[in-house]
Amino acid sequence: MSVTRSGDRVFRLLTTGSGIVVVTVIAAIGIFLLAQAIPALSANNANFLLSRSWVTDDVRNLAFGVVDLLLVTVFISIFALVIAMPVSLGIALFLTQYAPRRLARPFAYVIDLLAAVPSIIFGLWGLKVLAPTLAPVATWINDTVGFIPFFATGNVSVAAGGTIFTAGIVLAVMLLPIITAVSREVFDRTPTMQIEGALALGATKWEMVRTTVLPFGKAGYISASMLGLGRALGETIAVMIILSSTGSNFGWTLFDGGDTIASKIARNAPEFNNATVAGAYIAAGLVLFLLTFVVNAMARAIVAGRKEYE
Amino acid sequence: MTTVTDLDRPATPAAFQQISLGRRLTSKLAAVLVTGAFVVAVVPLVWVLVSVLQKGLRHVLSSTWWTNSLAGLTGRQFGGGMYHAIIGSLLQGLICAVIAVPIGLLVAIYLVEYGRGTRLARAVTFTVDILSGVPSIVAALFIYALWITTLGLPRSGLAVALSLVLLMIPVVVRTTEEMLKVVPDELREASYALGIPKWKTILRIVVPTALSGIITGIMLAIARVMGETAPVLILVGYTQYINFDPFGGNMASLPLVMAQELNTPTAAGEARVWGAAVTLIVIITLFNLLATLLSRLTAVKSR
Repeated sequence: MSVTRSGDRVFRLLTTGSGIVVVTVIAAIGIFLLAQAIPALSANNANFLLSRSWVTDDVRNLAFGVVDLLLVTVFISIFALVIAMPVSLGIALFLTQYAPRRLARPFAYVIDLLAAVPSIIFGLWGLKVLAPTLAPVATWINDTVGFIPFFATGNVSVAAGGTIFTAGIVLAVMLLPIITAVSREVFDRTPTMQIEGALALGATKWEMVRTTVLPFGKAGYISASMLGLGRALGETIAVMIILSSTGSNFGWTLFDGGDTIASKIARNAPEFNNATVAGAYIAAGLVLFLLTFVVNAMARAIVAGRKEYE
Repeated sequence: MTTVTDLDRPATPAAFQQISLGRRLTSKLAAVLVTGAFVVAVVPLVWVLVSVLQKGLRHVLSSTWWTNSLAGLTGRQFGGGMYHAIIGSLLQGLICAVIAVPIGLLVAIYLVEYGRGTRLARAVTFTVDILSGVPSIVAALFIYALWITTLGLPRSGLAVALSLVLLMIPVVVRTTEEMLKVVPDELREASYALGIPKWKTILRIVVPTALSGIITGIMLAIARVMGETAPVLILVGYTQYINFDPFGGNMASLPLVMAQELNTPTAAGEARVWGAAVTLIVIITLFNLLATLLSRLTAVKSR
């Protein structure tokens, strides 16, 4: 016999409704961005997906394309990821396998503090403190290995520091706590039997880590890095503060300036007085949304259904 | 007859062979590298905090910093304070929490207590995952498209708070979900056995048991959204004056002051930027401490 009490019915409805609201929100984000982007896209005189210039000064003559912004966004994110991935791996291993048991928790807390620092403060630090400090290093790299395309002189001053190089390093620092947190959790779940088995067979500590912890945690670590990538792609204010904007195109070097999608939108927010012009930026935002959606979904898919991580 | 046993001397020669130098060195090198990685991460943290305090602390200590706004001051004049921005940040954070916390709690309760294993629950979990990865600038653009272009409402503190809601919901859902999951099933079963309806069990037994952790999560989430800059750049105008009205008019906030005054190329502007940075860090630290305190106060008595 089941009597559904009215209190139960109401509460069930309320919680389920909230769940449905959250699902709707994601759909609404996509729909509203698309709806606002369409007028601007149809008034666009350039091909949005192929043009490398962004001209929205004149409402009657819009010509904007997302390519350059997209290239800078992806380039800077991957540069940040290349720095952050090995360091995070080291931190996660240190915290789970190497640090003294008693200190592991406070140490992990210190790393988590990095995530509590607002990105505008990282941006401020990057612009005013890190960039001047890095300038001699950046100039030296540029002078010494400038023949390699990635380190060639770009479209902004290397010494001034408003480059992808500086912004990417700051971005990497911001990724550390994200990648570390998830990797740490997975490494911690390595079955003790495997670890002890490796040690009993005479493995050194590193051999134990290499043969048990790393294979076990590999998927989690990759997923964590993808989450970090998603975060890097969308980072706005730190990049906006540090990067010098420039009129010239992106030239595939770390010493370029320019704008990512997010920093371009934030930098030009005062232009949003006309709905069509705002629509151009919303179209770019839609591209960013889809990009982060795909990256995040992939990150989740990698670890989805893995019982050993539960 | 007594047997003399020398416990220190092994009966047979050691079974272990010496570990070769190469293997030992590799292992030592790995230990040094991972420790180095940790140090590499601590350096920027300390560097950021020290440089912000060095450049901003003395401005924060001025007598008017916490009590006055920047009303009527030009970019060259020192003095004034961050009162208007602190009010704005706290108001926006508070409104955001008032909207996001109930929704987040209900969603988490649905996921743990009602939806387990259903299709909708899987969709909700996936959505929350995606939502937690939505960049703040995209959340801001969405509210812009919805609130300002479509509904024709003005830019305001409320619009900012709404976009912060999108960023806060996934955090609240995640922490609440974790906390509800660790509430032992025995508690629920004992309650059902006494004939108490499910909703009352959840509200009176399950949630109070998990409350301490949930509150910590909420406080940390508020601290986090108050530092968000992208939404305030797009959804509200800056003002040097105090504005208590989130429904209309320009409203300052700490990140907005920083973004704004970065364009003021004077010593006074520089002072405001670094001062606001210190203020933001102080407020975030206070919220963290408050989180610890509240979680102590609301923790379930173990005896």
